[in-house]
Amino acid sequence: MRFHIDRLLPRAAIAALTPLALCAGLAGAADTPPDVLVKNVTAEVLGIVAQDKDLRAGNREKTIALVEEKILPHFDFARMTALAMATYWDKSSPEQKARLIQEFRTLLVRTYASSITAYHDRRFNYRPLRANPEDVDVTVSARVLQPGAQAVQIDYDMEKTAAGWKVWDVRVGGISLVLNYRTEFANVARESGVEGVIRTVAAKNRSLESAGAAAEKKK
Amino acid sequence: MSASYRANLPALARTLALGLMLAAGSGCATTATDPRDPFEGFNRAMYGFNEGFDDAIARPVATAYRDYLPEPLRDRVRNFFSNIGDLFIGFNNLLQGKPEDTMTDWARFVFNSTFGLFGIHDIATEMGLEKHDEDFGQTFGRWGADTGPYVVLPFLGPSTVRDAAGLVFDIGVDPVSTYPAVRERNSAILLRATGQRSDLLDASSILEQAALDKYVFLRDAYLQRRRSLIYDGSPPREKLGAGRMPSPEAAGPQGGHGDGFGSGTECGLEPRAGCEPRLAATTGGHDDAIPY
Repeated sequence: MRFHIDRLLPRAAIAALTPLALCAGLAGAADTPPDVLVKNVTAEVLGIVAQDKDLRAGNREKTIALVEEKILPHFDFARMTALAMATYWDKSSPEQKARLIQEFRTLLVRTYASSITAYHDRRFNYRPLRANPEDVDVTVSARVLQPGAQAVQIDYDMEKTAAGWKVWDVRVGGISLVLNYRTEFANVARESGVEGVIRTVAAKNRSLESAGAAAEKKK
Repeated sequence: MSASYRANLPALARTLALGLMLAAGSGCATTATDPRDPFEGFNRAMYGFNEGFDDAIARPVATAYRDYLPEPLRDRVRNFFSNIGDLFIGFNNLLQGKPEDTMTDWARFVFNSTFGLFGIHDIATEMGLEKHDEDFGQTFGRWGADTGPYVVLPFLGPSTVRDAAGLVFDIGVDPVSTYPAVRERNSAILLRATGQRSDLLDASSILEQAALDKYVFLRDAYLQRRRSLIYDGSPPREKLGAGRMPSPEAAGPQGGHGDGFGSGTECGLEPRAGCEPRLAATTGGHDDAIPY
């Protein structure tokens, strides 16, 4: 029998231990209350931007990488996409759903990156969380201050999951991302079906990508 | 994002009335899909006109304003007009039965007009007196008036029949648009509008990126924003579906987060076989499992 137990053992050990290590890491995230999580992530991201010249200047690739690394793990894109697609979600095949999530995610990452570039130097403050300890669905509210204007409220709707609290909708000044895209998606889906939505969002992403690349070159 | 730039030229009131009449006339001819927007055909035309105006004049002027005027100066301009606005924000809060907010608004006006040197310094905010956002459209909404159909106003942008009616009152009590010396009045109106547009430069470029159909995106954003304002930032949550997900079963296992790895995201949506190796290869089936 050509079965090298000595070579397999380390792999087996890694395979066995990896979930444990992951669980430990995730348990940390799961324990963090949602308001503390939002505060920490915001402070961390703004701190990184404040110390990085490229990020402050709006370097696209770097900002997107930052969003990917620091912010995205706290979003539940599957749920966001499902809510934005509403009734059309049920009409999508599993394969379509995967593509929808991916394209929608790409679009939101870019939007988020632009928002960071635009508003990183604003002051933030937080409203105390109004929730009971046993709640699994809460809203964390932050406020962005601007001189001579009413503060803009940002609400993060979050759900408790096994992997910690996950954002499933963001409302800026009362404008829900999910609801806004729901109308857009429905309009496209009514005309050209679920495939049409995927095509439209993908085309949007491609045009943003080439526009971004052109802008980088100009610099 | 509300009423992009309230350049309250007196002639606008007439144009506005004309616009509304036109809207009523042309709306019937179009096939509107959204019940909130029966005049979509007219509105899209007006929106196109506004976009043209914005591209050719408003945005370039606002960009130059932002690029050539130092920020402290722009802050003072914003504060100056904001201070005048507080007077009527307070009045609207009174009409809406929120006397505490009125006291805040008027205290703001008193402190900023005196210690803040005619309002160019917003010292009231630093004192903890919060700035509010009110207008007659919101007051009518608070009193129970329905928004009525969505309307795009010439130059002013997104509105509704209710908010347009409110705007007539806003303009009527606005000391800037009713200032008797015509030249000073027009200069002040233009300066205020330019400043307001320049504050929205970042927002409008983000909108440009985020929207699939800018008209629809802006309309929904406006309607949501106004609804939120009427409830002072905490409107009753709109139902996002029957359950927490439109269909937990159809959404795959991540609906229940039952696989121990939290948001399995698209892993749950694909055949199991294609999923396992990726789960092992990445840090626990997070969103980064999606190739980007």
